[in-house]
Amino acid sequence: MTTSLLKYPSQAVAKPYFIAAIGLFVGQILFGLIMGLQYVIGDFLFPEIPFNVARMVHTNLLIVWLLFGFMGAAYYLVPEEAERELHSPKLALALFWIFLVAGALTIVGYLSVPYATLAKLTGNDILPTMGREFLEQPTITKVGIVIVALGFLYNIGLTILSGRKTVINVVMLTGLVGLAVMFLFSFYNPENLVLDKYFWWWVVHLWVEGVWELILGSILAYVLIKTTGVDREVIDKWLYVIIAAALITGIIGTGHHYYFIGTPEYWQWLGSIFSSLEPIPFFMMTIFAFNMVNKRRKQHANKATVLWAMGTAVMAFLGAGVWGFLHTLAPVNYYTHGTQITAAHGHMAFYGAYAMIVLTIISYAMPKLRGIGTAMNNRAQVVEMWSFWLMTVSMVFITLFLTAAGILQVWLQRYQPNPLPFMAAQDQVALFYWMREVAGVVFTIGLILYIVSFFVKGNPQEANS
Amino acid sequence: MPELFTKTMARNIYLGGSVFFILVFLALTFDTTARLPKRDHRENITEQVALGKKVWEENNCIGCHTLLGEGAYFAPELGNVYQRFGQSKDAIKAFIQSRPVEGIPGRRSMPQFNLSEEELDAVAEFLKWTSEIDTNNWPPNING
Repeated sequence: MTTSLLKYPSQAVAKPYFIAAIGLFVGQILFGLIMGLQYVIGDFLFPEIPFNVARMVHTNLLIVWLLFGFMGAAYYLVPEEAERELHSPKLALALFWIFLVAGALTIVGYLSVPYATLAKLTGNDILPTMGREFLEQPTITKVGIVIVALGFLYNIGLTILSGRKTVINVVMLTGLVGLAVMFLFSFYNPENLVLDKYFWWWVVHLWVEGVWELILGSILAYVLIKTTGVDREVIDKWLYVIIAAALITGIIGTGHHYYFIGTPEYWQWLGSIFSSLEPIPFFMMTIFAFNMVNKRRKQHANKATVLWAMGTAVMAFLGAGVWGFLHTLAPVNYYTHGTQITAAHGHMAFYGAYAMIVLTIISYAMPKLRGIGTAMNNRAQVVEMWSFWLMTVSMVFITLFLTAAGILQVWLQRYQPNPLPFMAAQDQVALFYWMREVAGVVFTIGLILYIVSFFVKGNPQEANS
Repeated sequence: MPELFTKTMARNIYLGGSVFFILVFLALTFDTTARLPKRDHRENITEQVALGKKVWEENNCIGCHTLLGEGAYFAPELGNVYQRFGQSKDAIKAFIQSRPVEGIPGRRSMPQFNLSEEELDAVAEFLKWTSEIDTNNWPPNING
């Protein structure tokens, strides 16, 4: 019964991936609330959950739930695009459990023992890769990630290569291969901090401002084809132009991380020029989404999905594009580097570009995966759209409050005639941290509503197609 | 988009553009790594500095602090802490050692990491070496 709405029964393996993604998302937000409170009540949960542990859990859960979302998206859309069953649904399911258990064990490790003990227990001495931002996972977890990625690529790759090769599928595959390849740089951790930092960005920047944009673009293109009925030829062309712009600006755009870490000065020119062009692909994505929805040939029953898709395009442009540009020019970055301005940009960019695209494909696919229909009932959709607005608007406010805190921090600590020490400046901007925390609570309410929307029953009179 | 601009053209811009800029990036990387020795003073990376980096990593210092502006924004920048602490390795060691186990009521406090004397020396040496990297004059002032 569950599979009757799916063109290919093997698409069903996407469902546990999406459920896990949402579950980990909840965990991420809870730890975000803890950290937000620690910013103003410094000893909150100290020493049981020190800030560094909470942050590690917050950011690592984000990465893992997005990866679950990307993999779920691939398992869902690749068979349909390739017009054949997934090569091995069993492998997909096995990898799901391996990834989930490895991820859960890693988080338990973060929370139950001091990080130094975890490093010792997992043999960080043999191949030290831990303790670098976002790459805090024990080396053995990193090896696990590589194994899961290889199995996943094998499964998806064989499906695509022996099926119909659409632009969406090929771009998706390119993005996923890029994701796996760039992750290999997480195993390179030289004793020289400058080299370490230089190649650390090959994972972090070339993921989020490189290959992940290919994944984002292809998921968005797929959902727009399905919900608007616009000709595939038109959408394909847009997709190519968007990802061309993303890579042409984003690759040398890596230079905006090479201003002050010991790398040569010419990166200030290269980074400033290319990264100030990085908003272009995101702007094109916005134009693309609105254009396609305007030209739609059908009214899709799933209004929530269309809202998520347009929301992704707008918020990715604002968060990654506008808030990125805000501090990307070297003379500006000289003052803003490593302040709350960076945090502000990070929050809206990750939510707008990557959290929202995963929520978009979940919104589109879940009713089918659950055997409900092409869309949830109207009442459930209304709740889902409320959750969209609550989360999105509160994220805008989180970003605005952090931006205010950041501007003040720069002024107090780096710009005014008598600059204050770090903690003195932090105390001065506490009001904005409080407001950020309130916005975070509203975000959490939105997230709870989002989960509720999956269980809202329709009005009995409502004819559900 | 107008019909003059075909899907093939779009694809070629994507493929050509990406390959071209990947090659440019690799060339720049080659040039950068060739120039780095003069800027990072790698001749000063002793075994102690290397151990210090490992202690830095294995206690997840980046989870609260920034180092050359990268990391978390909860605690002070440490790329220039050697200068801020009056070029005193002892001051750095004393600060780390003196953190109260139960924290400071209502305030942010660094955890007590129970580092050995050897680890403390190594971290201090690592932070001293880091402070000597040519960062194009960043941070703007001593407060980081």
